[in-house]
This record gives sequence, C-alpha cells and structure tokens, in this order.
Amino acid sequence: MADFEIPETHEFPVIPTVMEGVMSHSAPFLAKEQFQAPLGFPGNGELIEGWKETFLEKLGEMLGKYRSLQVFMDICVKCGACTDKCHYFLGTGDAKNMPVARQDLLRKVYRRYFTFAGKHFPKLVGAVDLTEEIIDEMYSYYHQCSECRRCSVFCPYGIDTAEVTMAARDILAHVGKGQKYSNEIIGKVHKIGNNLGLPEPALADTLEGLEEEVEEDTGVKVRYPLDEKGADILLVTPSADFFAEPHVDGLIGYGKVFHAAGVSWTVSSKASEAANFGLFIGNYENMREISLRIREAAKELGVKRIIFGECGHAWRVAYSFLNTLAGPWDFLDPNYPVPQHILDFTSDCLDRGILNIDKSENDWMTLTFHDSCNVARASRIGSYPGSQFEIPRKVIKAVCNNFHDMAPETIHDSTFCCGGGGGLLTDDLIELRIKGALPRMEALKNVIEDKGVTHMAAICAICKSQFTKVLPYYGMTMDQIVSVHQLVSSAIILEGQGDEDEAEADTEEAA
Amino acid sequence: MTALSILYVVLFYAAIAVLIGGITNKVLQYKRVPAPLKIPVTPAPMTKGGVAWRLTMEIVLFNSLFRSSKWTWIFGWIFHVALLLAFFRHLRYVVSPDSFLWPIVSLQVVQSFGKYAGFAMVVGLIGLLGRRIFVDRVRYISSPSDYLMLLLIIGIAVSGLMMNYVVRTDIVQLKAFIMGLFLFDWQNLPSDFILLVHLTLVLILSFVFPISKLLHAPGLFFAPTRNQVDNPREVRHLSPWGAELEAKDGRNA
Ligand code: HEM
Ligand code: SF4
Ligand code: SF4
Repeated sequence: MADFEIPETHEFPVIPTVMEGVMSHSAPFLAKEQFQAPLGFPGNGELIEGWKETFLEKLGEMLGKYRSLQVFMDICVKCGACTDKCHYFLGTGDAKNMPVARQDLLRKVYRRYFTFAGKHFPKLVGAVDLTEEIIDEMYSYYHQCSECRRCSVFCPYGIDTAEVTMAARDILAHVGKGQKYSNEIIGKVHKIGNNLGLPEPALADTLEGLEEEVEEDTGVKVRYPLDEKGADILLVTPSADFFAEPHVDGLIGYGKVFHAAGVSWTVSSKASEAANFGLFIGNYENMREISLRIREAAKELGVKRIIFGECGHAWRVAYSFLNTLAGPWDFLDPNYPVPQHILDFTSDCLDRGILNIDKSENDWMTLTFHDSCNVARASRIGSYPGSQFEIPRKVIKAVCNNFHDMAPETIHDSTFCCGGGGGLLTDDLIELRIKGALPRMEALKNVIEDKGVTHMAAICAICKSQFTKVLPYYGMTMDQIVSVHQLVSSAIILEGQGDEDEAEADTEEAA
Repeated sequence: MTALSILYVVLFYAAIAVLIGGITNKVLQYKRVPAPLKIPVTPAPMTKGGVAWRLTMEIVLFNSLFRSSKWTWIFGWIFHVALLLAFFRHLRYVVSPDSFLWPIVSLQVVQSFGKYAGFAMVVGLIGLLGRRIFVDRVRYISSPSDYLMLLLIIGIAVSGLMMNYVVRTDIVQLKAFIMGLFLFDWQNLPSDFILLVHLTLVLILSFVFPISKLLHAPGLFFAPTRNQVDNPREVRHLSPWGAELEAKDGRNA
C-alpha cells in the first residue's frame, strides 16, 4: 500500500523515543509562479533574490504586528511539557515534530538577529545564522504542523505553535517558498468562489440533483436553493458538502432541518465555500479577502442571518475572525448570533421539539464523536464555554441510541487532530497524514474493541476527507466516518414522509 | 570604603537599572504590539473577571502544566513557591525596622518558612535539572543556557543556605550596605567569600533576566491565547493595522 510503515496502534499511547531527521524528507510541493502571483507572493518555487534580507525584514514586520509571535518567541522556558502532545511527534518520533522544537526553528533565527543574547552569544542560546538549509528545514517541518493548538492547551503559558507555524509559512511564501496545495486552492476561491472551482451552473445542477434524490427517498419536496434573494438564512458550507461522501449526506441533513423548521434559506454561488485557507498560510490579507465574499453575498442576497455548515477551521475563522475581517454585521438580524453554527440551529430545533425524530433509524450503528481541533480549541458553538463539546454530543444522542465517547484524554480540548488539518490534506503529504493519524486511530480502535463502536461522527470537512483516506490503512473502512447531520438526516421524519401511520402521527403531533 | 565595596555598589546600581529598564522595555513592547485576531484557546472565559481567574490559576497553581506533566509540575511548582518564600524572607534586608511593613516582614512564619524554602528550592531545581538531563525529549530541546540558568539559581540557593548553616556572615553590616544603596549613603560590604559568591550570582541573574527566558514571568500576562475574552461575535475586535487596511479599501463599510 505504501513505501513506509504504517505505525502500530496500542491499547495505551506510547511516547516514542526521540529520533532525528526521520521525517526530514517530508515536504509538500512548492507553489510555482502561477499559484504564487495571484496571492501576492513572489517567486517560482525557488528562493527569490535577496531572500535573506526579505526573510528578516518580514520576520521583523510580523513581530511588530502579532503580539502572539513576539511574546511566544521570548517566553518559552523549554520546560518540555508540550513535547509529547503533538500527534505528528507521537506518530513519527521525529524530534523536530515536538512543538517546542518546531517553534525553535524560527526562534533560533529570531534569537540570532533580534535579541542581545543571540547576537553576542549565539552558541550559548542556540541561535543560528539564516541559511538555505534552515529555510528548507522550516519548509519541511512547518508543513508537518496542522495548526491544531493541542500543544497550546498544555503549555504553562499557552504558547501556540500554530501561531508560529502560520507566521513562518507567511514569511516563507514571501521569499518564494509558498505551498502549492493551499495557494492553488486560495486562487480558486478568489477566482471562482470555492475550493473546488465549481462554477455556478455546476452548483445549480448539484443542488437540483439533491432535491430529486431527497424527493425520491422521502416523497417530500425539500428545497436546496441557490442564490435566492430575500431568503432569511445564508448557508455557508464547505464545498466538499456539495458532492463528496460522507459530506453530502450532511448537506442533505441541513436541508431537511431547515425544511422541518420552516425557515427560508439559500446557498450563494459567490460565497459557495466555508473553508478559508488564508488561515493555514497565516496571511491576514488573503483570509480577509476570502471572508469579504461572505459579506458581499449576504448584502446582495439580503439575508437576515448567516449559518455555517460542518467544518472545523472554517468555523474558527467564522466564529473568531469573521467579525474582525468582514464585520461589522449590523445589517443582519441582531437576534441571532453572527455567524451561527448549524449544530446550534439544529440543537435549538430539537429543544423546541419541532423535529420529528425516529432514533431507531440509526440503531444499526454505534457512534463515537471526533472533536475537531478548531471547533474544540479555537471556538465555541453555543452560549457557554464548552458548549462546543456538548452540543454535538447532545444532537448525536438525540438522533442515535448508541453512543460511546473515546478515552477522555483524547476528546474535548485534549482531542487529537485527524492528521490532515492546517493545509496538509494533500497527497504529497500522505505519509505524514497516515502517521499523524495514529493517536486518533488508536483511541478509535480502543472504543471499537471495548464498546462495539461501529462509526465515528465528525463535524469537519477536512476530518471527514482525511479519515476516509486513512481509515483503511489502519484496518478499518472508509465508510466508518459519518457526518453528524447525516445521522440527523437518517433519523428525521419529515411531514408527509413515509407510510400512512407515520403521516398520521405527524399530523397529530402538529395539531 | 573598600575598593570591593565600591565595585559592588556600582554593580548593584547597574543591575537594578538593567532589571527595571529591561523588563519595562519588554513589557512596553508587548503592550505596543497588537493582537490582530481573537485567539484565546477555548474553552475560554466570556468575561474579564473570568480571564483574571484563568490567569490567577495559571500563576498560583500552574494549572496547564499540571494537566500536561506531573513531574515537571511538582518540581517546578516547588521551586517557584520556594522562590517566593525566599523573596519574602529577603525583605528584611531591604525594609527598615521603622517601616510599616516591618511587623509583617519580621513575622516568625515568614522568616522560618523562608529559611526552609532554600532546601525546597534546591530539591525542585535538581528535579528540573534531572529531567533536562535524563528525559530524551527535554534534553533535545535544551541549549547550554537552559542548563546554566538552572545551575545559576542552584548556586544562589546553595550559597544562601551555606550562609545560614555553615559560615554565617555579618548580617548587620550587610543590611547597612543594602540600606546604604537606597539612601545613597554607601557602606562597606562584608567581604566573606560565600556572600560575594551569592551576591555575584544574583547580579548575574538580574543582568540576564530581561534578555532571557526569565521573561516568562511578565510575558505570561500577555499571551493572547490565555488573556483574551471569548466574545468575538459580540464585540468587534480590530487592531490598528487591521483598521488601516479597512480604511484603505472601504470594503467593510
Ligand atoms: C509570575 C511569576 C512566575 C510564574 C507564573 C512562573 C511560572 C513558571 C512555569 C510554569 C515554569 C515551567 C515549569 C518549570 O520548569 O518550572 C517556569 C520555569 C522557570 N521559571 Fe518561572 N515563573 C515565574 C517567575 C519566575 C522568576 C521570578 C524566576 C526567576 C528566577 C523564574 C525562574 C524560572 C526558571 C529558571 C524556569 C525554568 C526551569 C527549568 O529549566 O526547567 N520564574 N516558571
Ligand atoms: S510547554 Fe510551552 S514553555 Fe514548555 S517547552 Fe513547550 S512551548 Fe516551551
Ligand atoms: S499545533 Fe498541533 S500540529 Fe502543530 S505543533 Fe502543536 S500539536 Fe503539533
């Protein structure tokens, strides 16, 4: 299957012995000019002329623009608390995949050029000159971080390696070392409106197809509208929801919930993408540009609310940054959070008892839930801290009878990344993705064996795609990963759906 | 005055200037650099009071460290508590008996806790040093300065303990020297070897504080991942340079 070894899973996590350079060969394809230029980056996949000066200038600029970077560069005490917290270290054993070692790649250059100790006593404090080898090493290891923030949870000062990774990637892009995968996708969003490059007609076609499919299945005409002016809700969802399995089953679910709740909604062809890879490459301007499409779409369509579909990093950008980047949202209905998470909406519908649920539809499965890092550690879903853990579980339990959590040290804010987040969901990094999935696979296998779990639900497009790909390498099957709204979709009984008895029960309840 | 005393007077003033000037400079820098985005690590408090509580727990109990590594936590926490106790005990050298603080500083608990804190400090530091030497992951991330910092503080603690238990120094004269620094009425420093070692190491610690990882003490308060309130949807957060971008293209209007 692959020319490297798939890591072994264990009943209890094993902290590997530190090894040097075992993953130094791993690096994603570089962006050529055609993918650099549209984003405002120079070069053709090689270091530009005067790269050294540009690098240091850019680093200086970032230190002056991001307090996180400036503070984090200074205050790490090398206590080592974070060293065994990264799934990429646990999966590969490569020393430079320990979060603090990853930060040190930039920190040793920072020290050399920006601190007294590093300028005068470089050996003493581990400061080094900026060379091409250092740049290559950075390119490799800053693309072995999924920006998942697990290390930050465990650091006594909250040092977030993700912040360092983002800054480093932005600096690298500015000296000609941009990443092809992310940059190409961002280019498509700027040009066409979504990561997949699906133009408006294709989107219209897909949504129409969904309407037919749902009508065939249920006998109910559920709408999946596109660019409908005057709709109340703008749904912004990752473009994988439009066609990939299991994502699309989630989209079908959102539509059914909206239908049952009796609200009007629409997808926008302009903002037909929730994902915002500007986050991954650490570039504020690109992230803002992508966010502004949503503002424009909301204004053009005249919606009152914005709801985001299931996606982890997209929700981070939406929840934490959308107000900053594309706000203020004073033209929307102030009675609803802007933006709102689809699970918050569905959970509220369940509370109000307006969804007719038949849990037994999901009885053939036993579920567990994978907390996506960006939802768990970088945002919130409901009205109180920690609701990002409780609401998805509450919804799953409301539509399924069988649910078991994975081990406590692998869920909630200790959750392990799927291994494919942060702009690493590309085939040129498949070895890293498989190895980085180890801690999650281990925890999943344990609940499969101990509790008879059959499926894992997730609320992130990247997690779903990543698991679809890596589950088979660990002896499981790709259909064991499901969308939360796919579960909702199977259990929900729409008015007028199914046999006569049920239809009667529906009318009684409604009356 | 002896030449030695003059040298130490000069060094002490320089150390105080570097320590206060250096830390102030760094703190002002941390304040000046904006945090352009909301990045608290969640679940995060939704109020300022909640953030104050979160930081207090981190400072008093090392909450996050407790979650991540019990050994580092126990050694690190012992060391820092001992450092604090030792600090209180040292106040008697700088507080005059007429001061309103004296009754507190001279309390038996402060003094005797402070005395035993020295041993606890050494235990904590040796534990941390052991971890650095024997745990392969921590060894990998350590630079010479990381070992030296521990050795430096161990040196301070051990020389301090020696003055307490082995060769006592002239405390009265020492206090006169220190009070003299404050009153600009310089006095001689006792020239005991151990005392000089102790003071020299403390001077070094003060000089390196603002240019080393010891900045974690003030820096902790400035980590946006811990000091931000979780309210990005309710309150619009915008940095000065973010606002400039907006003003330029007017697309947020
Ligand atoms: C606000 C006050 C402070 C807080 C909350 C704090 C907290 C911490 C924490 C959580 C660690 C990591 C765990 C460990 O290795 O012990 C640490 C390490 C350290 N702290 Fe502090 N600290 C403070 C003040 C100081 C001061 C004033 C010093 C000056 C001597 C100091 C010296 C050290 C040293 C040397 C280490 C590294 C220990 C090692 O090498 O393993 N700390 N501190
Ligand atoms: S836990 Fe934080 S302070 Fe400790 S080594 Fe890691 S990044 Fe540095
Ligand atoms: S952010 Fe996640 S992937 Fe990156 S170093 Fe930290 S734990 Fe590893």
